[in-house]
Amino acid sequence: MSDQSSIIDHADDYVALEPQALPLDAWHRAHGARMVEFAGYLMPIQYDGIMAEHAWTRESAGLFDVSHMGQLVLTGGDVAAALETVLPGDIAGLAAGKMRYSLLLAEDGGILDDLMATRLPAENPFASEDAEPAGYDPLRATGEAPTGSFYVVVNGATKYDDVAYLLDQVSDDVTLNLLEDQALLALQGPKAVDALARLVPGVEALTFMTAGAFAWGSVPLWISRSGYTGEDGFEISVPADQVAAFADALAAEPEVKPIGLGARDSLRLEAGLPLYGHDLDPEITPVMADLGFALSKRRREAADFAGATRILSEREHGPASKRVGLIVEGRQPAREGADVIDQSGAVIGRLTSGGFAPTLGKPIAMAYVPLALSAPGTRIEIAQRGKVHTATVTAMPFVPHRYVRSK
Amino acid sequence: MSRYFTKDHEWVDVTGDVGTVGISDYAQGQLGDVVFVDVPEAGKQLTKGADAAVVESVKAASDVYSPVSGTVTEGNAALADDSSLVNSAPETDGWFFKLTLSDPSELDSLMDEAAYASFVEGL
Repeated sequence: MSDQSSIIDHADDYVALEPQALPLDAWHRAHGARMVEFAGYLMPIQYDGIMAEHAWTRESAGLFDVSHMGQLVLTGGDVAAALETVLPGDIAGLAAGKMRYSLLLAEDGGILDDLMATRLPAENPFASEDAEPAGYDPLRATGEAPTGSFYVVVNGATKYDDVAYLLDQVSDDVTLNLLEDQALLALQGPKAVDALARLVPGVEALTFMTAGAFAWGSVPLWISRSGYTGEDGFEISVPADQVAAFADALAAEPEVKPIGLGARDSLRLEAGLPLYGHDLDPEITPVMADLGFALSKRRREAADFAGATRILSEREHGPASKRVGLIVEGRQPAREGADVIDQSGAVIGRLTSGGFAPTLGKPIAMAYVPLALSAPGTRIEIAQRGKVHTATVTAMPFVPHRYVRSK
Repeated sequence: MSRYFTKDHEWVDVTGDVGTVGISDYAQGQLGDVVFVDVPEAGKQLTKGADAAVVESVKAASDVYSPVSGTVTEGNAALADDSSLVNSAPETDGWFFKLTLSDPSELDSLMDEAAYASFVEGL
């Protein structure tokens, strides 16, 4: 018996060094996690089993350790304008505490990473004398520093490349801090708000894609109502030396169980969310990735971001290929790397994610297919290990999102 | 009846020249939740160490190799309806296929239960 493909193997693409332990390493092991190498770190892949953990998150609240991700704070100069050279979203227009999903673009419009950018208010746990923006006058503060500072969360496997690229792109008066002493937790699921509000009163007032500074006792927290499972939930930045105690407190709540990377992957796939390094890479543009919503109207009109000419042309005329969702017939999952073929057997596309959807009880996948085959309802064929599978293009998300938007 | 194991975590029970093949409890534990099993059809010729079946968990597909050479007499139809038998009863009802052994001497190179237990212990 041998493993043919798994998210563990894919992680090898990025890993050259000895895997590092994250702040909750011992905590995961004490809770019975099976640890694997992912993005250069040892991470829990599962505790009780992927199906049970997936179902628990959909019904209650799952606690995920995402401390491998990169947390950056950018401060000083005209940081919003600097970020807008490489992000196609309306970053300057974000109010304090508001966040946006965006894409880090190469000069040719290829995607170098996907990320979340939040404008920080003056009162935030990352503020320090070092990080205070130049020219900041507390007497004029109205909850937002005049030049602004931004908290950006990027993928773990790409974070050092992202930092190097950003430092190269932004002007010298912008300071970039990689917060290596902060852990990051995600609490996801319909009961996440009940559990977290008991420990941190006030978080229930946040709505989807807003964030703020909170405290657990004397521990400062930065909490956003966001996540990557399609469920309501929160991401919580915690000082690394306090995260084990905070994870203990969360896990003691009856709604909460720790959840591994395996279920995180099946949840985000059901939610139709692309995974960097799999569904997104430097060969893919935002339009090919069907992430046109990340191109804000003001930015499209100004056409002033990296790769704008190519990206806006693809938006107008259609890309050659496009990311779609697939429901695969039968019970056998089709996996990343399988070919999409035409009637003569020629390869015309490729699966970038694929697995069994626990909530739906059937296999689902994401693939890049020619634009002409991208409409929902189109039937396509997939070649995998000598067998041909039939699949139907389906609108995503596969499982409806349950975000809590403005009340 | 004698039970033999491979280093790739297949087992084979042998009675006369008929073998029943499955994967070990250790293997199912490593795979996690099994969602699909592709078993060979009757009549298929299998070679020791070559692909015989595919078992898919939520996260990964894994090849199952035939522990011995022979001709398949039956695939386990029960797995088509309930692949989770591989998790709940890996070394009994969750068997994959039966075959007629073409060269019983191949069994000499496999491990017995005690040897497999110590092999797994060392992993």
